[in-house]
Amino acid sequence: MDLVLVNLIDGLVFGLLLFMLSSGLTLIFSMMGVLNFAHASFYMLGAYFGYQISVALGFWMALLIAPVIIGVLGAGVERYGLRRVHQYGHVPELIFTFGLALLIEELVQFIWGRNQMPYSVPEVLNFTAFSISGNFIPAYKIFMIFISIGIFLGLLYILTKTRVGMIIQAALSYPRTVEALGHNVPLIFMGVFGVGTALAGVAGVIAGPVLGTFPGMAFVLGAIVFVTIVIGGLGSLWGALVASLLIGWMTTFAKAYTIRFEDILNFIGVSTPENMDDNLFRDFWSLTSPQIADILPYILMVAILIFRPAGLFGKRTK
Amino acid sequence: MKNITKLGAVSALSLIIGASAAFAENIKIAFIDPLSGPFASTGTNGLHQFEFAADYMVNQNGGVLGGTNFEVVGFDNKTSPKESLIQLQVAIDQGIRYVVQGNGSSVALALTGAIEKHNSRNPDSRVLFLNYAAVDPALTNEECNFWHFRFDANADMKMDALTDVMAADESIKNVYVIGQDYSFGKAVADAAVSMLGAKRPDITIVGNELHPIGKVRDFTPYARKIIASEADAVITGNWGADMLGLGKSIIENGFTGPIYTYYAAGSGITAAFGETGKGVIRLISEGIVNPPPTPEASAFYEAFKAKYPDGNIDQTRISNTIGMLAQAIEAAGTGDDVVKVAQALEGMEYQSIWGSKVLMRAEDHQAIQNINILAHTDEGVTFPFDGSTFGVVSEATIEMASADTPTTCEMERP
Repeated sequence: MDLVLVNLIDGLVFGLLLFMLSSGLTLIFSMMGVLNFAHASFYMLGAYFGYQISVALGFWMALLIAPVIIGVLGAGVERYGLRRVHQYGHVPELIFTFGLALLIEELVQFIWGRNQMPYSVPEVLNFTAFSISGNFIPAYKIFMIFISIGIFLGLLYILTKTRVGMIIQAALSYPRTVEALGHNVPLIFMGVFGVGTALAGVAGVIAGPVLGTFPGMAFVLGAIVFVTIVIGGLGSLWGALVASLLIGWMTTFAKAYTIRFEDILNFIGVSTPENMDDNLFRDFWSLTSPQIADILPYILMVAILIFRPAGLFGKRTK
Repeated sequence: MKNITKLGAVSALSLIIGASAAFAENIKIAFIDPLSGPFASTGTNGLHQFEFAADYMVNQNGGVLGGTNFEVVGFDNKTSPKESLIQLQVAIDQGIRYVVQGNGSSVALALTGAIEKHNSRNPDSRVLFLNYAAVDPALTNEECNFWHFRFDANADMKMDALTDVMAADESIKNVYVIGQDYSFGKAVADAAVSMLGAKRPDITIVGNELHPIGKVRDFTPYARKIIASEADAVITGNWGADMLGLGKSIIENGFTGPIYTYYAAGSGITAAFGETGKGVIRLISEGIVNPPPTPEASAFYEAFKAKYPDGNIDQTRISNTIGMLAQAIEAAGTGDDVVKVAQALEGMEYQSIWGSKVLMRAEDHQAIQNINILAHTDEGVTFPFDGSTFGVVSEATIEMASADTPTTCEMERP
């Protein structure tokens, strides 16, 4: 029972981290219709910049400065890259962001090398907050939870309660009308893209010490971010939150409890074959849930696409 | 005028011949390993260690056979068995007689098969395969052949040494085995379970688990299970980002017992573990860097550091490979007839500067040497890794480990 609580916390931490990435991606998509393949690369840049700045100025300055740099970089990419490509349609945009992702990965390897970076948790937070029956909960995880929740509430407030948020939402549905009313829509687009990438940067700075800072980190997380926004519904902030938490808890519990496929099949009435060596489905019978935990979100995505193509909270229907 | 042209042509021709003759005097060694892609750092670091060892141990001492130099040529195989065979053909076409490779047993198995075929069909251009790091036991058992020599201890020998040390530690009652879900991870798990069962029947294997290789984003749930199982020690064959992620999560969640690993050093991992890994991370390896076993080893490492300030000597067997090859070529009196060189390598006893005798067992071409348990620490470290203050220090040594293990190798000799 105690372990359930521990796993709930672990899943929450990972889910919220995923949310920080997917919220930016889903905002950008709902605004501009661009699926930004380079989004996870900005997360990686966040971790590397965070590491570099924390070496010189300490972790807290890194947490402040790195996302700003990433945001400015992101805005620059929108202003001088995407906006030019935009006139040629969606496919060139996709190819542009895909190429950008490859470019960033090569650049990171060129500058920092291919090794793991010694980016670690700041001294102030390097202690155990509390422990539940022998399982330590590091203070850094609690810190991650608070930062992510803070960002979510901030975003929600800006989008729903402020004038800027109202203009953004209006520009979402009626860009021409908003433009006709005298607002600078391209500037709004650039701002949203910058804020979205800055969020990925924040995620990188705070996840780097925990999940490792290495050139493959964008690749490891890149695909799952897309899965998250597809499950949540493209363009929905609430959907991104729910899907992130769902994936966080689903993978955590699948890893934490070893559920054997043999037991599931026996439970639904399929008996174990006598001679396992000759059986065609031998590998299937011997599967356990930790082995496939990180593939489960993809299975969920397929199911969602079949039964509810717009996603859990999606409004777009064709 | 005509004569002058002729003279010019002749002298140019003789220059070319002279130049190529001078090149031919070098004994070339083909290094077939990843130099691009995700494992490029391991491959590049290995190439540097080979180039340095050849230069420092052979060329600067006047070469072999009275003045012939070693030359290491890098071939990028992108860790792919298919690409390796292409590179092997390129190397053979360039007249190279010696191939070294280490990253990936799948590559080694492909190479050893191809070399056996090539050598039986082309007696004039036979090559030797010097394997410095591929540890699948099959290479010196059912898949062995006369042309393959392994200078690293194989996975079973390492596990044998590790379980010897663990068996002597009475405080270890529960052991958790976790690894990547592929052939090597499974081989480590199987060997750990069977050998611990034989040496210490009272030890309980409280967990035996595989996770997807290179796909896990968050290792915390695995770490929770390890804590909950009340394990006293963890064994893992993980490498790269999977090693660092798993190790960090386990330690972060309050584990204090030893984590026995195969590959938790160098390539940035030592620096990234830093203070947190101290007293927890252990490494099974041949060769000792700390404390420096001999003055020669210290001088070797100093000179390497002067040339590659960011590099590590994390594979001491590389200099053993170069040293033993040089000694075998001297004994055979030729660098071209690889059969004679191979015969000289068989049964060779070599005194390594890294504090061990290395015996190349004749019946399966497996090197027998001391295997050490190294601890990750910053105390007593003369030669740290990754530009940090941390390194690996020898903690226990099994002398000439697994010297008496049987082999199923049935070798056909030319």
